[in-house]
Amino acid sequence: MAIELSKSLEHHEIEPVEYRKEIEIKGRLSRSIVEEISRVKKEPEWMRLYRLKALEAFEKFPSPRWLPWIESIDLDEIASYYVKPAASTVSNFDELPSEIRRIYERLGLPETYAKYLAGLLTALDSENIYTAMKDLLKKLGVIMLPMEEAIQKYPDIVKKYFGRVFPYTDHKFAALHHALWSGGVFVYVPRGVKVPYPVEAFFFIGSELEGQFEHTIVVGDEGSEITFIEGCSAPRLKRHSFHDGMVELYAHKGSRINFVTVQNWSRNIVNFNNKRGIAEDGAIIEWVEGSIGSKITVTYPSTILKGRGSKTTSTVIGISNGNVIKDTGSKIIHAAPYTSSRIISKSISSNGGINIYRGLVQVNKGALNVKSYTQCDSLILDDKSSSSTYPIEHIMEKDAEVAHEATTFRITEDQLFYMTSRGLSEKEAVSLIVLGFVKDIFPKLPFEYTSMLTKVIQLEFKEIGGVG
Amino acid sequence: MLEALNLVVEVNNKIVINDVSIKVETGSITALMGPNGSGKTSLVYAIMGHPSYRILKGSILIDGLDYTFKPTHERALAGLFLVFQNPIELPGVSLESLIRSAVNKRLGKNDLLEHVPGLPDRILGEAKLIGLKEELVTRDLNIGFSGGERKRSEILQARVLKPKYLILDEPDSGLDVDGVRIIADYIKEVAYSNGGVLLVTHNPTLLSYVEPGIIYVMLNGRIVAEGGLEIADKIAREGYNWLR
Repeated sequence: MAIELSKSLEHHEIEPVEYRKEIEIKGRLSRSIVEEISRVKKEPEWMRLYRLKALEAFEKFPSPRWLPWIESIDLDEIASYYVKPAASTVSNFDELPSEIRRIYERLGLPETYAKYLAGLLTALDSENIYTAMKDLLKKLGVIMLPMEEAIQKYPDIVKKYFGRVFPYTDHKFAALHHALWSGGVFVYVPRGVKVPYPVEAFFFIGSELEGQFEHTIVVGDEGSEITFIEGCSAPRLKRHSFHDGMVELYAHKGSRINFVTVQNWSRNIVNFNNKRGIAEDGAIIEWVEGSIGSKITVTYPSTILKGRGSKTTSTVIGISNGNVIKDTGSKIIHAAPYTSSRIISKSISSNGGINIYRGLVQVNKGALNVKSYTQCDSLILDDKSSSSTYPIEHIMEKDAEVAHEATTFRITEDQLFYMTSRGLSEKEAVSLIVLGFVKDIFPKLPFEYTSMLTKVIQLEFKEIGGVG
Repeated sequence: MLEALNLVVEVNNKIVINDVSIKVETGSITALMGPNGSGKTSLVYAIMGHPSYRILKGSILIDGLDYTFKPTHERALAGLFLVFQNPIELPGVSLESLIRSAVNKRLGKNDLLEHVPGLPDRILGEAKLIGLKEELVTRDLNIGFSGGERKRSEILQARVLKPKYLILDEPDSGLDVDGVRIIADYIKEVAYSNGGVLLVTHNPTLLSYVEPGIIYVMLNGRIVAEGGLEIADKIAREGYNWLR
């Protein structure tokens, strides 16, 4: 099976894209720091050794040339974070940056919620709905624990999946991630169990889910189903600048995993996220990746369709409002016959924002009767902003049906005039068009989520930015 | 009263409106006639505040307040509503969501897409009344709409938003007989309930049906005549040549 995705991306077809020189890596990461992390977490021997092997790989691997936008990474800074973990940057609600506080107020969030989002509360245990949900998951036999805890309580099962889908051997930053990982969540859905409600993990696991190098694994055993929501569409203040997280999905025969991320972190974050899933026979993996915040986001949720008749969809939404870059997309490897995939990318660029779509659709030799459809829609709100699309197709079977469509929309003065003549301000008109542009992905999201997302998008274009 | 006073308007470095003054009184209908290219649409765009139509001189007053340089949406909130001659396509925005946003805006709501109790039924009721297919209410606005459907959707918006001053730019173009009757009745209704109407039209039948209190005639960006229905009759018989 061809899983060397990073190599695939170095394919000559992508040469016209301007890449930076090697990423400058400042400082050093010593063996003792990695040992220390493992010791503090009281990890079993296998995990300690695993981290060290990953560290060796990190040191050995060349710096990638395919990670654009990121100029340098300071390992000393990252290491010092582990040695002396900083407490939350604010100690009470009033110390939050006023714009974040104001947004929370405008979103109409209850105070406990807002405090939680701001990192001032560590758990929402008092909220009945979460307790009820926890009880339900327990009853169904679903394991959902912070990764550290899962390693202690279910070492055998975690060991079976950790690094199985996204090994540290993949590239330098995968190795760095595996050496330093901390936080994240482990989910295991037993055979035949269908979790009836979407699980908003953020509210169970809290800030640990969004660590700097968090590692999340979702395993769907045969015939199971789960919708897992990571992150939160409300803005979140983050303290570290470089984020190198990882998500591994393993969908066993006939199972279905929906993995939803909506990220709205503060605008100083470089968010590099490694997301990959494997789907066995007849399994379905659905990714929803919504990226509103951060300064730079680089993430390409990927699925390896390993089993006959497996399916995947990737829905990627990137909003680049202002001096931000979203380099997103999706990679699909069709490694078995009768597999199908669908990628929908929606990007919105405004006030100088940059959106880039990179996609890979690969149909391996022997993967007959494959279908794949990619749709990239870009909405560009002004001349300062841009959007580019780089789809790559590697098709090794002639009967594969692979299609790609790309469209670009711009808002015209006459459209704005029409809408403002109905009483909406120009910014309100823009936010309405933006919402209309993304609304066809809403049915994929739970209702509470879309209503929050709707408010966030309105605020994003009404208050902070927008044209005019 | 809605007034344009000594208006001079430029678009793309060309003067399109030259020293035009008109008054639209409440409780009556004001008509604007003129051959193609005489500046009628430019005038209503300038009154509504289209950003490409630069006002070089003169002023626009709504109920005595100066809106000459106010943005379009403030004019709308002050009571103006323009029924467009060629309503534009809006991908992703439905008639329903546009009206809901406009209503929420008038209610001072923050979340413009908030549910408005009774509004969906109201919209469907109006759609039925003016003969607009129900499914068009939730479809992307004007995309795949026929000319007549676009006009009906404009009237539907106006009926729900209830503007104080209704400006109609050739509302009868592309409309069937029933459609023209619906618009004519609505125009009379607005005037009857003490609103003001500025009606741009070539259609003598429509004019004789709504009986405007005053008719202005434009030519080359200027008002060249004003008077009663007799002007419309003369234009119907002789065209515009006698005014040149």
